[in-house]
Amino acid sequence: MAVMTYLEAGRRALEEEMRRDPRVWALGEDLGRGGVFGQYKGLQETFGPARIVDTPISEAAIMGAAVGAAMVGTRPVVEMRFADFALCAVDELVNQAAKARYMFGGQGRVPLVVRQPSGMWRSSAAQHSQSLEAWYAHIPGLVVVCPATPADNHGLLAAAIRCDDPVVYMEHKDLWGLEGEVPEGAEPTALGKARRVRAGGDITIVTWSKMVHVAAEAAAMLERDGIAADLIDLRTIWPWDREMVLGSAGTTRRCLVVHEAVQAGGFGAEIAATVAEELGVKVKRLGAPRLPVPYAPPLEEACKIAPERIVAAAREML
Amino acid sequence: MTRPNFDAARMLGHYRTMSRIRAFEEAAEAGQKSGEVRGAVHLSIGQEAIASGVCVNLAAADYIVSTHRGHGHSIAKGADVGAMMAELYGKAGGTCRGKGGSMHIADFTIGMLGANGVVGAGIPIAAGAAHAVKLRGGGEVVVCFFGDGAMNRGPFLEGLNWARIYDLPILFVCEDNGFAATTRTRSLSGGRGPDARAESLGIPAMEIDGNDVQLVDETASGLLSAIRAGGGPRFLLCRTYRLKGHTAHDTAPYRPASEVEERRRHDPILKCREALLLHGVPAAELERVEAEAKAEVGSAVETARRMPWPDQSIAWEDVQDVGAAQWR
Repeated sequence: MAVMTYLEAGRRALEEEMRRDPRVWALGEDLGRGGVFGQYKGLQETFGPARIVDTPISEAAIMGAAVGAAMVGTRPVVEMRFADFALCAVDELVNQAAKARYMFGGQGRVPLVVRQPSGMWRSSAAQHSQSLEAWYAHIPGLVVVCPATPADNHGLLAAAIRCDDPVVYMEHKDLWGLEGEVPEGAEPTALGKARRVRAGGDITIVTWSKMVHVAAEAAAMLERDGIAADLIDLRTIWPWDREMVLGSAGTTRRCLVVHEAVQAGGFGAEIAATVAEELGVKVKRLGAPRLPVPYAPPLEEACKIAPERIVAAAREML
Repeated sequence: MTRPNFDAARMLGHYRTMSRIRAFEEAAEAGQKSGEVRGAVHLSIGQEAIASGVCVNLAAADYIVSTHRGHGHSIAKGADVGAMMAELYGKAGGTCRGKGGSMHIADFTIGMLGANGVVGAGIPIAAGAAHAVKLRGGGEVVVCFFGDGAMNRGPFLEGLNWARIYDLPILFVCEDNGFAATTRTRSLSGGRGPDARAESLGIPAMEIDGNDVQLVDETASGLLSAIRAGGGPRFLLCRTYRLKGHTAHDTAPYRPASEVEERRRHDPILKCREALLLHGVPAAELERVEAEAKAEVGSAVETARRMPWPDQSIAWEDVQDVGAAQWR
């Protein structure tokens, strides 16, 4: 067990996977100097410029080339710099990567990981702050992963790289510096399996990515009032762990879903609808207002969900 | 006039390949008219010399990436005509088990990495396949086919630049049939054309008559040799003409009949036939080749008609490995 940051955990996972499998390589802008956040620091020195590839600012070509390279037997890790920039490569991801195996009748695989740093961070404003996991969860063929902890950024990135499906991998920019224990030499974390952050029988709270930490604060506040939340970190958005969520909500009879993304049309709606359909229990969603993320700190705050709001929403449901 | 370097056997091979493509396209068109072939079908009638002339220079291990107008490329690369026709008919024995149709024909066993329903989308995919070849130190080359309409899409710029900066083993083949869907490409395109754009990115480019199969063959052979020798990407602009509409349903009223009649005189199969006759190949031999092509395709149609539909259960197969239980 070693303590490291969320950023370092991801860097280490890639390094280990590249050592393990010579077919793995990474491509994206500025990777040679460590990537925009330092997630690739030192890797080009270790693996050389042919496996840690500096690319032009050509998102469509980065994604498209990864699709072609994956089809012929390599395992590219694509860096999109910001999830927002991946929108320049939506055809390559949605029409090509996600569908190639299916529309070619099962010929070939597209084993690639597209890393899309997401979320609100340091007043990055409307084009550098989005959380778009629901978009990709909507696309058959894609796996969508949103790690919340250093251990998961290590274990889930390793799993994503070993996965034969195209994986949209959304690290949260505001978690880069988060420290935590990361097991050494562990097997990759299973995709599609949620994590119970804390157990409780009064209300189920389902969340992912940075909101796991905000919801944990809320759960601690609720506990002081004698309310025990069953807090679930979904980890993988598609496929999502229906078994754990339905099991929990079946017991607590209340399910609150919290995410940083815009609430309207967000993935919380899918979970809430499923829980309501399957169990007929009380459901509620908490997400951002349907606004482009604004710049000034007090305006950005208006888009964020504070622990107090989670507490208030939970109380309404009890 | 006889041609230098005329190789009658090789040209007869082209005549055979082009006749098979033509027969396939005519059957696809008939199938669309009868309603048995669904979806959109884009015919390459009039453009066969490019597929045949380029692909004859490829080994089985080499890769091609194709377009929505891709039947000819697949046939020339060696795809099974019966499986292709079954795919158009949406049947279980199709190249893609009936899940793709005309626009998504692929045959990975012969290095055919897929047609594509999105114009220009194959360009970065092909560059990526070439990138992987280089990464693993392989000797294969990649041929990327696309039409003139693709030159105005961003992936054209991004993909060509990519191939240049990483010095990839790839031949870009632009089939310039004059039309971007149903509008003349020239009226929508700035500058001197796709070859000039390629050259501006540092990729050596050539422009040739794409209806002259011997010329396409010889030119592609030279370019592919240079690529195989480590010369990096090359660009081949083939001027041609789409004798049919954009889709099989498009009667192309946007161009005068006289223009089509004039271009019909430059039909690549006709030109190949004339050259073969001039060099002493008997007409009966050519007729035999044509008859065989028609018989092969006719039998493919009959087989496709009789073949069962895919079992509905396969709709749920091959979506993804992770989360298989949640596809519904």
